[in-house]
Amino acid sequence: MDFLGVPFPVFAGQLLIGLINGAFYAVLSLGLALIFGLLNIVNFAHGALYMVGAFVAFLLLDVLGIGYWPALVLSPIIVGVFGMAIERFLLRPIADLDHLYGLLLTFGLALLIEGLFRQVYGVSGETYAIPAALQGGFNLGFMFLPTYRAWVIVAAVVVCGATWFLIEQTRLGATMRAAVENADLVRAFGVNVPLLVTLTYGLGVALAAFAGVLAAPIYSVNPLMGSNIIIVVFAIVVIGGLGSIKGAILSGFLLGIAEGVTRVYYPEASNIIIFVVMAVVLIVRPAGLFGKTA
Amino acid sequence: MTEPVLTVEGLEAWYGESHILHGVSFEVPPGQIVTLLGRNGAGKTTTLRSIMGLVKKRKGSVRHQGEELIALPANRIARSGIAYCPEERGIFSSLNVKENLQLPPTIADGGMSLDRVYELFPILKTRGASQGTKLSGGEQQMLAIARILRTGARILLLDEPTEGLAPVIVQQIGTIITRLKEEGFTILLVEQNFRFAEKTGDLHYVVEHGEVVDRFERAQVAGNRDKITRYLGV
Ligand SMILES: Nc1ncnc2c1ncn2[C@@H]1O[C@H](COP(=O)(O)OP(=O)(O)OP(=O)(O)O)[C@@H](O)[C@H]1O
Ligand SMILES: [Mg+2]
Repeated sequence: MDFLGVPFPVFAGQLLIGLINGAFYAVLSLGLALIFGLLNIVNFAHGALYMVGAFVAFLLLDVLGIGYWPALVLSPIIVGVFGMAIERFLLRPIADLDHLYGLLLTFGLALLIEGLFRQVYGVSGETYAIPAALQGGFNLGFMFLPTYRAWVIVAAVVVCGATWFLIEQTRLGATMRAAVENADLVRAFGVNVPLLVTLTYGLGVALAAFAGVLAAPIYSVNPLMGSNIIIVVFAIVVIGGLGSIKGAILSGFLLGIAEGVTRVYYPEASNIIIFVVMAVVLIVRPAGLFGKTA
Repeated sequence: MTEPVLTVEGLEAWYGESHILHGVSFEVPPGQIVTLLGRNGAGKTTTLRSIMGLVKKRKGSVRHQGEELIALPANRIARSGIAYCPEERGIFSSLNVKENLQLPPTIADGGMSLDRVYELFPILKTRGASQGTKLSGGEQQMLAIARILRTGARILLLDEPTEGLAPVIVQQIGTIITRLKEEGFTILLVEQNFRFAEKTGDLHYVVEHGEVVDRFERAQVAGNRDKITRYLGV
């Protein structure tokens, strides 16, 4: 059974891998987009905090015997609170300076956090077992679908959907969108915008940590796992349109799939396809696929 | 004389290095419409923004019912019961009309109900789902005023609500502002349109080069028309 010139199972297998990668891209770029919207900085620490999210899950299990399901909630909370402290005590004092300083600060933080974990855990990585309920898989006839991978996609879709709903459909989300447009005026209506900014940074970072926990059983829990993925995620945020929530989610999934499909037909290009797309998008639509053209 | 609800004394403000306000002083009695008149660039908008806490570098004194506001951040100033409608209207393009209307949080009891707001501004009810900035200039101005009526703030700072609008709309806005006064709001109105200001206002202050240089009560306007026209340079 061939599909577009390749055996269908091969195609489906790569498509699945693409979707899984896309799930991580979507959750990570969503967090970046949220943060960029309100703080106007590209959060270079995002990859490192994703890694910390995975390590917190690992440590919860290793040290305290707390398993996957609680970790899925606890790790984003812990890392989110850590993120809020970063915003409040490091980013806020320099918020009035050129945004380049914020970018440099988060870049420095990323190096610091990664260096710290490398110092303690080396680069070989720790393993994290798939929780019992998500072991095994389904035989779809043409391919084997591991349960955990299906779960990753479902969890990412649900979390992205919930975040989209929060931003686009709730009162709090409307306040956040307004603050992105004109923070001063929102403040003059009595909204504590600095607090909103802190919470937004916390939420964006919590999403990164959530992705980290999802990743722990698939990839090894490794101090470098963040820097490996984050460059691609930056490209995706640019493709989707800086600060666009919908753009970040959709281009995350789409580019994951594009990567998978490329791996079927021209494997050599699969590592650069996203950057090729980014270049094309930047030439044709500089504001990104879903960005508002100024 | 009744105690003023808002007392501005020696208010100074800077944008970066430029010293814009050089000691603005005036008082706003409760339940009145007080106007700030003056030429382009006199410092009227800067005065409102400084009261609201939106100009970073400011000094002097702004007292609201005895509470000193000068050192407070904008959100705390708003929560003391002052609402602001900016010159550029500040309608949010990423929010629809209804979201724009519901954006300012309630800061005190006694704000207008949504139904009452729609009664004053029927046009907004029919346009709830439109993007805020898709409204016409006049409708955007109505929206900008409407959304600060729900919050429970009793002092409204309105910056040139008639600017660039057709005469019929100006008239509607005049009617609404007078209605708001009847409902007990205190209004500080910045205007360049003196004919509009003289019809609506109870007390007028003239701002020039970042200072209040003169003051006219409603009854004094007729006798000082020449002087006022000279101040405004029309
Ligand atoms: N953001 C800013 N940065 C620097 N200078 C400013 C800024 N905003 C206003 N100014 C200057 O401050 C002075 C007062 O401006 P302001 O906007 O308060 O005047 P205004 O009385 O409201 O005028 P208009 O009737 O044109 O609205 C002007 O000289 C203006 O050029
Ligand atoms: Mg002005």
